[in-house]
Amino acid sequence: MAERLKPVNVVTVGVGMTGGIMGKELAAAGLTVVGLERGPMRDTVPDFQSPAGHDELRFAIRKALMQDNVKEAVTCRNSSDQTALPMRRWQGFLPGTGLGGALVHWNGQTYRFQPGDFIYRTHLEQRYGKNFVDSELTIQDWGVTYDELEPHYDRFEYLCGTSGKAGNIKGKIQSGGNPFEGPRSREYPTPPMKEPYYGALFRKGAESLGYHPFPQPASTLSQPYTNPEGLKLQQCVFCGFCERFACEHFAKASPQTIVLPAALKNPNYELRTNCQVLRVNLDSTGKKATGVTYVDAAGRELEQPADLVLITAYALNNVRMLLNSRIGKPYDPSTGEGAVGRNYAYQTVSGATIFYDEDVNINPFIASGSSGTVIDEFSVDNFDHGPHKFIGGAYVGAIMTNGRPIEFHPTPPGTPAWGLGWKQAVARHYNHSVVLTVHGSSHPTRRNYLDLDPTYKDAWGLPLLRVTFDFPDNDIRMSTFVTDKAAEIGRAMGGKIVAAAPRTRPWTTTVYQTTHNTGGTVMGSDPKTSVVNRYLQCWDVPNVFVVGASAFAHNSSYNPTDTVGALTYWALDAIKSKYLKSPGPLVQA
Amino acid sequence: MADLSRRAVIKATGAIGATLLPVGLAPNESAAQEQRHVAATDGGLAAGPQAQATAYLFFNAEEAAFVEAAVARLIPADDKWAGAVEAGVPNYIDKQLNGAWGAGERLYRSGPWQAGTPSQGYQLPFTPAELFRTAIAAINAELKDTRFAKMSASEQDAYLHSLEAGGKDLGGVPSNVFFADLWEATVEGFFSDPVYGGNRDMVAWRMIGFPGAYASYYDLVHQHGIAVARAPTSLAEDVHGHVHMDAAIPAHVP
Repeated sequence: MAERLKPVNVVTVGVGMTGGIMGKELAAAGLTVVGLERGPMRDTVPDFQSPAGHDELRFAIRKALMQDNVKEAVTCRNSSDQTALPMRRWQGFLPGTGLGGALVHWNGQTYRFQPGDFIYRTHLEQRYGKNFVDSELTIQDWGVTYDELEPHYDRFEYLCGTSGKAGNIKGKIQSGGNPFEGPRSREYPTPPMKEPYYGALFRKGAESLGYHPFPQPASTLSQPYTNPEGLKLQQCVFCGFCERFACEHFAKASPQTIVLPAALKNPNYELRTNCQVLRVNLDSTGKKATGVTYVDAAGRELEQPADLVLITAYALNNVRMLLNSRIGKPYDPSTGEGAVGRNYAYQTVSGATIFYDEDVNINPFIASGSSGTVIDEFSVDNFDHGPHKFIGGAYVGAIMTNGRPIEFHPTPPGTPAWGLGWKQAVARHYNHSVVLTVHGSSHPTRRNYLDLDPTYKDAWGLPLLRVTFDFPDNDIRMSTFVTDKAAEIGRAMGGKIVAAAPRTRPWTTTVYQTTHNTGGTVMGSDPKTSVVNRYLQCWDVPNVFVVGASAFAHNSSYNPTDTVGALTYWALDAIKSKYLKSPGPLVQA
Repeated sequence: MADLSRRAVIKATGAIGATLLPVGLAPNESAAQEQRHVAATDGGLAAGPQAQATAYLFFNAEEAAFVEAAVARLIPADDKWAGAVEAGVPNYIDKQLNGAWGAGERLYRSGPWQAGTPSQGYQLPFTPAELFRTAIAAINAELKDTRFAKMSASEQDAYLHSLEAGGKDLGGVPSNVFFADLWEATVEGFFSDPVYGGNRDMVAWRMIGFPGAYASYYDLVHQHGIAVARAPTSLAEDVHGHVHMDAAIPAHVP
């Protein structure tokens, strides 16, 4: 029998970026807040300090900051006729754990989605007609517009101190920025990062083809910055240990550097680490949450009553929490009914490698997680898709992030897989290669979805989440088209050999692609095809909000974090200005 | 304390000294750094690591003989740079298998066990330690008197290719799975920080020009294409006080 704790106003399931921001804001609004984090306490000092932080084996290969697979994994399969099996070690993607969540180990690439993304179906049908989009794609409008989110994007970027160059301020195109972006209300909080050599080579090649390269927006900061919470961030020093690592320099926006200290100094806010939430508890009507049940580090089961439950975990874990709590109707691909687990999407990532002469020193280890240069000509709907028979697109860029050699040792096609030939090719090419990233959109289909695995369990005896996914034809066609464009840029960059590899099927869990899992608790205006309303409030249980990339109705060409941040502030605004005054559904179904 | 014999005190402080007083505090440290710098720029094998005897904690003699011979073919020495054996890769693999990784750290180990599709990745019940032990025992049993270590280099390469191609069952471990794990461990041991027992004298880093655990390149970012000639740094050396942080950014809570 779980011990019942003293009730609080708000509990957050997870204390990463979304839980940290919401916990801080609601505590500041006078509510009592408990943040439950399943992983350990950790902070920049002393936990992330040099030199131990710069250990490729421990962090990048053994994945020390990630969710412990011994306790909790995810099962995967490519289609419903296969048996899903556990990803026994993280390879394809890397869910984080511990205070700060995945925003501790991210790269800091901070892109907004496009205005057209939020009205995706409407926009595409208007431009290309009703029959253009593949019938298997279940894309839909998000129920919120870019203009509504803009102030919240702005607020999140100023929280992070994001470094970049605006391309569009209030409709006026700015030279040096991304001319394709939606209008922003003002410039980035800090100027762009210095451009590494690989970025400069890309810029030259892209410009020679008539494209508009711009510095990648980076939450690894170009200069010291004090954010609106009064927290000081420092200048990124390009150490090359960013993604999969925590930042020792206070230079990467992470909950520890941008918001948590502000939450923790408020007596209304209480953080509890090493607490695994098992489920959200519902009352007898099933329409009201009474709090959560969790297990602490010593294995004790505890019940934390709360008026408001905010599910602020990683996207996949948000979905699992709803399913294990029996909130909402699970999606059934055979009927298309049910919304929890529906519209799961990933990211369609591919690349091209350019091999240079030995006198061109790329120095790939001089890198930040988000330094580099990109073009946006082929993202989302920035080009006419009419002749191409697919929707979506990808940004292309030289954003190398690191030169850590266990994983980074490119060799040209035809190199032996091992032996003397391999070794000599590695020695020859390591410092003379540039990798281009093609970061593409991912569209939901009827057959790609999330549900509970019928067989495999976690350490607490609960079903694992099951991912059923393969790349839709549409996204493979997109990847082929944009990867060709990347190869063309590669050839314009002066290398000797260009090796391009568009994404192919089947999706494999054995090669890291990205951790951008989205959907499963998508937002929208129809409870039949969405789990939460436009304010991320559960249709079925109005005192539960589900915050994260699980709310995305599809995944765009861009990295999701900025949009998750914008949605977090958007939902917070609705909670503070509407919900707290009159708790109940903010939108009538 | 009063009961401690003088001998015990010497032993105890000696042990502490060995832990806390790394080589870097020796007065000849700057000379050693200088030497490494020269080695980094000339890249010669002469200044590289010598093959050292390894104290094996996990492998028995037969297993060690196979692993040493196999990694010598996977990453061979050449006239310029040491190979996996000289770099201490067998020692690295031995220590990994003897520790948490070998025992299945961060590995979801609940059944049921099914082969699955190639997209579903590793689906065997073996921990890394069990997998290496099982597979090498099967290889040694198969090869009987023509032990792998005694074959010619070309025979060894042919045998490794046959493992890589798969289709051979090594006591329940498909040979291609074992080969992939052996190769992965070899690359890790070659390129990981020397604190893990491979990459001796940072030879693999010097070979490719990776500077190691430096913490700041801020002043170099815009110097496009420069040759970074400084000697690499391992985590262990940073402990000696050579933390290459930007001095203007001290570690502190802002």
